[in-house]
Amino acid sequence: MDAIPLFFALGFAARLTRSDLKIPAQLYEALSIYLLIAIGLKGGMELARQDALHILPQAIAVIGMGLLIPLLAFPILYKLGRLDRFNAAAIAGHYGSVSVVTFAVGVDFLIARGVEFETYLPLFLVLLELPGIAVGILLARMGGDWRSIRWGTLAHEIFLGKSMVLLGGGLLIGWIAGPKGLAPLEPFFFDLFKGVLCLFLLEMGLVAASQAGALRTSGAFLVGFAIAMPVIGALVGIAFALGIGLSAGGALLLATLASSASYIAAPAAMRIAVPEANPGLSITAALVITFPFNILVGIPLYNVLVGLAYGS
Amino acid sequence: MRNTHPCKLVVIISEAAIEDPLAADVMRLGAHGYTVSDARGQGSHGPRSALWGADKSIRMEILCDGETAGAIVEHVEKAYFRNYAMVAYVADVGVLRPDKFQHKA
Repeated sequence: MDAIPLFFALGFAARLTRSDLKIPAQLYEALSIYLLIAIGLKGGMELARQDALHILPQAIAVIGMGLLIPLLAFPILYKLGRLDRFNAAAIAGHYGSVSVVTFAVGVDFLIARGVEFETYLPLFLVLLELPGIAVGILLARMGGDWRSIRWGTLAHEIFLGKSMVLLGGGLLIGWIAGPKGLAPLEPFFFDLFKGVLCLFLLEMGLVAASQAGALRTSGAFLVGFAIAMPVIGALVGIAFALGIGLSAGGALLLATLASSASYIAAPAAMRIAVPEANPGLSITAALVITFPFNILVGIPLYNVLVGLAYGS
Repeated sequence: MRNTHPCKLVVIISEAAIEDPLAADVMRLGAHGYTVSDARGQGSHGPRSALWGADKSIRMEILCDGETAGAIVEHVEKAYFRNYAMVAYVADVGVLRPDKFQHKA
């Protein structure tokens, strides 16, 4: 049994039982900054060892996957779930974007099992942040009011939001500095990574449990969607991984990315771009249901699916 | 009280996500400045515990003359009340150095 998901469970249980455990907000900020930089650096370092021409077609395909997933999610929410256009589009945008921490748990899952994977995959994590959010915004505004959007604020929020700056910046630093330049940073950014991830998941457990009350009002459809959509996303991810020739380990990570829903970058962008949408719905789905589902059940399940698809 | 001059205090409590557009609006409507602090609490949009990004609230205070206060309140009512968790109120206060808070030409 992996220890990491247990920290999430501990935080969740602590909050439900009204323990006085609290992670200070500043520590939460610091932990998330650390995780984003560390993931970016690691990906950038591995990118420095790769042939750009080899990765470019894969990167384009992955962006296509990011555009496709919200287009699959939207009709389910809009037609089947009968949500209004704004809410359906905003939730679809959250599922099109990705969760960094879910990715980190996926990486840990593979390392714990000694499975090889393409170590430059954090590049795909960076590439997948934006397309889903963009499609979500387009879906919300189709046939409607474009004038009310503050494009400057929105672009600033999306491109210069914390996660893009730190992930993208880390990737760039890792790529420029290369393995030699990063060697002195390894004890801090790579060796301590897992411990920091545990603390972060403890906090995520507290946060998810604090939002769990919203489940009572969100309705059964949203709960079902938040469990079914990650599995649909994972299947799409495995299909793309096969298509672009990733290894089985890489396929699990791409499936994990495709299944995950953003709860940091997307909520901030959607609040500005689609204010009509109720943020409670998307956050309940992404954070209270999909995130725990993925780290507790989803990743092992996708591993089985990858095994079937790759015949291993 | 000696030395104090009448002035309006506009207080807006809202989602941290809209701090930047809100600040830009307030300055455009003639305020000389504003003060923002982090806030948490509970209201019709449920608890806002400030535990993480999407759940953060801010409290923006603006000292200004009556005309600017009226413009700010009218604008936020039109632009934000419908879709955002927001509380806004205006109070009469006494300030020192009143010229700091007059309407910007």
